Amino acid sequence: MPKLEFVLRVGGAAGDGVSSTSESFSKVCSRSGLHVWTYSSYQSVIRGGHVWTQVRAGVDPLLSHGEDPDILIALNQQTLDVHQGEVASGGAIIFDAENTKADPAKSRAGVRHLGIGLRRTAQEFSKNALMRNTVALGAAVALLELDFRHVESAFKDIWGDKKPEIVEQNIGAAKAGAGTVAQQGGSLGFGLRLSNEPRILMTGNHAICLGALAAGCKFLAQYPMTPASSILHWMAINGPGRGVVVKQVEDELAAVNMAIGAGFAGVRAMTATSGGGFSLMVEGLGQGGMTETPVVAILVQRAGPSTGLPTKTEQGDLNLALGAGQGDWPRAILAPRNPEECFTLTAQAFNLAEIYQTPIIVVSDLYLSEGYRTIDPLDFNVPIVRGMMAADGGPVSGFRRYRHTDSGVSPRAFPGMKGYQHIAATDEHMESGELISDVLAGVPEHIEERKRQMEKRMRKIEGLRKDTPPPELWGPSHADVTLITWGSTQGPAREAIRRVEAGEGITANVVESPTLFPVHGDETLDLLRGSKRTLAVEGNYTGQFARLLRAETGFQPDRFFGKYDGEPFTAREIAAKILEVVS
Amino acid sequence: MKSAFELKTYKSAIVPTWCPGCGDFAVLSALQKTIHALQLEPWNVVIVSGIGCSSNLPHFLSTYGFHSIHGRSVPVATGIKLANPDLHVIITGGDGDGYGIGMGHFIHGMRRNLDVTYLVMNNQTYGLTTGQASPTSEKGMKTKSTPNVGVIESPIDPLSLAISSGATFVSRVFSGDVKHMAEVVQRGMEHKGFSLIDCLSPCVTYNKLNTYEWFRERVYDLAKEGHDPKDIRAAFAKAIEWPTVQRDRIPIGVFYRVDGAPTYEQLEPGLQRGPPVRQPLGLEDPESLMAEFL
Repeated sequence: MPKLEFVLRVGGAAGDGVSSTSESFSKVCSRSGLHVWTYSSYQSVIRGGHVWTQVRAGVDPLLSHGEDPDILIALNQQTLDVHQGEVASGGAIIFDAENTKADPAKSRAGVRHLGIGLRRTAQEFSKNALMRNTVALGAAVALLELDFRHVESAFKDIWGDKKPEIVEQNIGAAKAGAGTVAQQGGSLGFGLRLSNEPRILMTGNHAICLGALAAGCKFLAQYPMTPASSILHWMAINGPGRGVVVKQVEDELAAVNMAIGAGFAGVRAMTATSGGGFSLMVEGLGQGGMTETPVVAILVQRAGPSTGLPTKTEQGDLNLALGAGQGDWPRAILAPRNPEECFTLTAQAFNLAEIYQTPIIVVSDLYLSEGYRTIDPLDFNVPIVRGMMAADGGPVSGFRRYRHTDSGVSPRAFPGMKGYQHIAATDEHMESGELISDVLAGVPEHIEERKRQMEKRMRKIEGLRKDTPPPELWGPSHADVTLITWGSTQGPAREAIRRVEAGEGITANVVESPTLFPVHGDETLDLLRGSKRTLAVEGNYTGQFARLLRAETGFQPDRFFGKYDGEPFTAREIAAKILEVVS
Repeated sequence: MKSAFELKTYKSAIVPTWCPGCGDFAVLSALQKTIHALQLEPWNVVIVSGIGCSSNLPHFLSTYGFHSIHGRSVPVATGIKLANPDLHVIITGGDGDGYGIGMGHFIHGMRRNLDVTYLVMNNQTYGLTTGQASPTSEKGMKTKSTPNVGVIESPIDPLSLAISSGATFVSRVFSGDVKHMAEVVQRGMEHKGFSLIDCLSPCVTYNKLNTYEWFRERVYDLAKEGHDPKDIRAAFAKAIEWPTVQRDRIPIGVFYRVDGAPTYEQLEPGLQRGPPVRQPLGLEDPESLMAEFL
């Protein structure tokens, strides 16, 4: 029977070309018409360490990065030592027969050991041995019987016209690698059905950038921080020619404050960071809430606390986003579950920020931001709604920027608009923008005005609750176990649900919340009504969303499965937890 | 035809909350005079401030304003200017705001040479928090936070920092001489590039050391002593004269200026299509962007 999918894992030291191998290989797979899902495990070093990337590819849509590899490319001895035993039966290990050693006793039965002179072969095409990864890539392509023209096109895309000789050298090295497979037993005979219709392959961070551009973002200020930096890199290439100011600035304080300045001046502006940088942004974000200035803040989580594990994933920053800034101010926190939603929710965040004139936070994570995945085509015709503007008919004389309204939203004006001059102030202020804080605080009528301004701002939460995406139930309407998840846990959780049903006949479903705040309490309770046993699954220690849900609704999940080891959830471990809950 | 604005056009209805005699009144007056002299349209002027007594200034004029958080006026102003370079952007605040909590942005703002004017009302104390030491407080000055032996840090020298950081107009003025102040502020506003105007603005309530009288005995006009602001070595020598070298003579006027240096707005690739605020929203060419993902 032909296989429907496979997992390839490539490992080595940083600098061995692990990521370039997996990127090229992912492209070969997506151009073969396969669905692709990648995950990279790396460390905070530039050279050395132990780095590996996993590429899962399948005929049908995928839900996670998979588990045991069918093919292991070991670019050093450590990779063999660590991963050899995980290779699935029927698979193969590609290693350098001349300077590393595979121990057959450590492998599962039925695993082929493909010792190739990777370094020696690479040196036939180029003086340095860097291309040994390309030799291994060629071997993997032959083992899987993928079309070699996709290898050639992938190399041409990487090195292009600038370095045709490097393209030729790499094609030669890959072909030589493929040739050794022909001599050593041929393909693995997986018989994958290939359409050779290319699929779109991108990361969550790419999708965030595209969503921002589609929504008309004209300003990005950012400070480098893993795993948000690739947003800055991609926008710096693609933004300026499209009239977007893209700035690396001195720190995250500057980043968020510049974005707020740009938002005040009338452009759609954003900033992006991880938890450490977001911690520096909290005062600035509160400023956005108080001055009623639109801004979009992207928070790509990594494992904390503090510097934590800079290259590892976690969902531990919900509390940070929820509590950012002193005092109460209205915000929405959106959590995309997949790259498609990184695109749509980022675009929507720009509308919400302008409609409600307040910061909107989009919370992603390393697992979602860095892994390449094939996605459905994106619809670039995103609606652009700029919200209530003073020019829409507000009074020109005596303009009240912070006028009381039922929705809490007051008509906005940008500098340059004649007659609407006002001061946006972070001190408490009256409808006109004049301060209450300095000499009027405590004067009876201004006690009342302070209260009314607070209530005006906070009324926006009701609108935000209506305009943000509601929770969704995935799976059968009645199930033995109901999972509660958010963000990138979507994929592994759904795969686990399929697995326990297929394997154990246990039914499970999942309630997923693309909006973390304002909490859609009533809708969530509706979906949870009738659930037998509930299991919250989150990539953090305390169950941050489960606790928020309980605080807002009183609902307490029966069990909590938290993961805080830095690794993404696998379907296998969630499935095991589901079985534990029903037993 | 441009309508003529009267001086009072630029004044708001809000009465300043500063103590009687505060040096900041002179800065407000000089700024109002300058905007009037330049006949700027109030709706095309944005005054951005941080937090502190002097940061209340935007409320007292009739332009747009952003009264931001402590120390962050420079990045907020940067965002405004980059979003709409057609606006006249002025930054106001105190020494604590600009040279203390906002020091990082102060230096990086000058490196960028954005076409903005930064007025720092330097009173060498924290007024709004009732009289603690500031980054420009003199060594030995006893304050609420330094009651024992006084300040033991060296004071910040904003002018030499500005020259070495890339500001292209570096000046100091004194609230006891509003006429001279207004002249320098106007030259700063007319300058294309980052203009720093350090305003010696006495705090009559909390700084009993650096008073109007104290300054009057010491200040002298650089222009009258033949200083050439185009000479960077001479500018450094004058900048370090006070407070670094001695405390008996304090130069005021324009220390340093570079004309014709490209501004950040001119160099910024994202602005080559014009002000972002006037660009159409949405993507014209999604297909070309998607090519790399196929």
